[in-house]
Amino acid sequence: MDWFPLWNSLRVAAISTVIIFLLGILFAWKIAKLPKVIKATIDVILTLPLVLPPTVVGYFLLKSLSPNSVLGGFLLETFEVRIIMQWYAAIFSSVIVAFPLMYRTARGAFESFDPDLRSAGQTLGLSNIKIFWIIVMPTCKQGIIAGTVLAFARALGEYGATSMVAGYTPKQTATISTTVYQLWRIGDDALALRWVLINLAISAVFLIIINTVEKRTKQTTVQQSQVFTNAIR
Amino acid sequence: MLSVNIRKKLHNFDLDVNLEIQSQETLGLLGASGSGKSMTLKCIAGIEKPDEGYIELDGLVLFDSKKKYFLPPQKRRVGYLFQQYALFPTMTVEQNLLSAVLPGDKKRQRELVAQYIDSMKLHGLEGKKPDHLSGGQKQRVALSRILINKPQILLLDEPFSALDEYLKWQLQLELKNVFDEWNGTILMVSHNRDDVFYLCNAVSLMDHGKNEPTQKTTSLIHSPVTLAGAMLIGCQNISRIKWINQDKGIFYTMDWGFELHTEDNRDAYRYCGIFSDKVVPITEHQQNSRDDRNIRNVYSVNNIQIFDNFPRPVLVCSKDPNATGRALLSIQTDRDTLQAWLGTSERLIQIPQGSLLMLK
Repeated sequence: MDWFPLWNSLRVAAISTVIIFLLGILFAWKIAKLPKVIKATIDVILTLPLVLPPTVVGYFLLKSLSPNSVLGGFLLETFEVRIIMQWYAAIFSSVIVAFPLMYRTARGAFESFDPDLRSAGQTLGLSNIKIFWIIVMPTCKQGIIAGTVLAFARALGEYGATSMVAGYTPKQTATISTTVYQLWRIGDDALALRWVLINLAISAVFLIIINTVEKRTKQTTVQQSQVFTNAIR
Repeated sequence: MLSVNIRKKLHNFDLDVNLEIQSQETLGLLGASGSGKSMTLKCIAGIEKPDEGYIELDGLVLFDSKKKYFLPPQKRRVGYLFQQYALFPTMTVEQNLLSAVLPGDKKRQRELVAQYIDSMKLHGLEGKKPDHLSGGQKQRVALSRILINKPQILLLDEPFSALDEYLKWQLQLELKNVFDEWNGTILMVSHNRDDVFYLCNAVSLMDHGKNEPTQKTTSLIHSPVTLAGAMLIGCQNISRIKWINQDKGIFYTMDWGFELHTEDNRDAYRYCGIFSDKVVPITEHQQNSRDDRNIRNVYSVNNIQIFDNFPRPVLVCSKDPNATGRALLSIQTDRDTLQAWLGTSERLIQIPQGSLLMLK
């Protein structure tokens, strides 16, 4: 059995997740602090890929990155880099499709962050960067982990946009999802079933991780109600 | 010394604050919730930016709108006690304190933290997270975290707002001890007069974004000079007034309907007030000698209601038999006097000149 699709899927999802993690946190942190109207507008734009059919995302990507487009043409001429129909093309599609999951979860966590904690850090003389890393991030940890896991799972399962921009080339661009479709198309039901089972296993593991994170979040809520009892004591 | 002179546009009113706090003075900013007290504190700390004005602390300019100068909160050296204490929830008590120690030798830092854990009675709590602390413990940790940071001034935002009366006086006592020991400039914000009376030696009243000139707390308690002041310290009887003859000190109380006399006739007073335990019900015995002694400010009252459930009974009355609301006078007296008074044929009360509060 050729394991390339598994390796390729994991590689694409991992790299996408790193990019999504950084971009998601950056956007969520900056946007959570913006005035309401601007926030709502940017929010719609950034969340759109979540509700659009992935093929529409694929269409836009092809329009902007194919060698016939301005950007794609420029990259090909100047750096001799071809993006479309390469394994790393899938990174572009995965990032765009999975980004909203990370962004929205992280933004929710940042919005529920008590602004007094930030002010307290400032009056104690801590730099804003230090406040972000030692106070904001640990306090919002649960939301950020949940967002990251969701984004990784989504990136791993991405099919529609990926099949358009990376296509299916065995040992080059094949991912688990494109492989399952390809095997089904040529009638190799047995092998398709194997990949389906592998995919099921991976998804199950991720759901378990998400649930564990959520359970921990609930425990913290219980701890918070403990404060009440403590105050009365 | 802290001097503040700032203005800022807010949602429902404009903040316009003028304050000066001498070194080692404890000033209370007293006002109803939503009067702009917390915003004032945040402007001093640099958490919020005023639209215009000037703030200076011990010779260091914190904010100057004319020079477009805004010193970030990190450099202002203020110790800010937040309403809910704002302890960092993911850190232990010890880590919370360590985060506030000024940069320097690691060993010295740990020694300093240990020292504060000792002096603020935090033994056994070092490894606990804030969620597992009681209200009093949280306050002690928050205060330690501020003091360890070596601030120039303490700013306290409603330190007792979230507590019930039983817990409150104990924390007030603890805070009082910390204040005495720290011996620096303190600005405290509160909507509760008792908090301010307990802890502050000077007070400034705040209403709708504007504050009144600072006065000694004792002088506010005994002789408030403004309507807001009289209401805040709990004066039950207040009436609008109209001067009949200001030179002779004769005026008419528009709400009560009496013509009163005062010796305090220098200012353009618009209200007068009197505490309910300062109004005197005149009994028969006093009545007989009334004309001889020529007591002033004595009037006949009707419309009498008695509230007898209090430790000292409260009697409510008015000149007009059908009066309601502000026209009613509340009088606190003792049971013997009340009995004697109820037995008199004409019910008379006296508003003693010396107890009358003339208000701007």
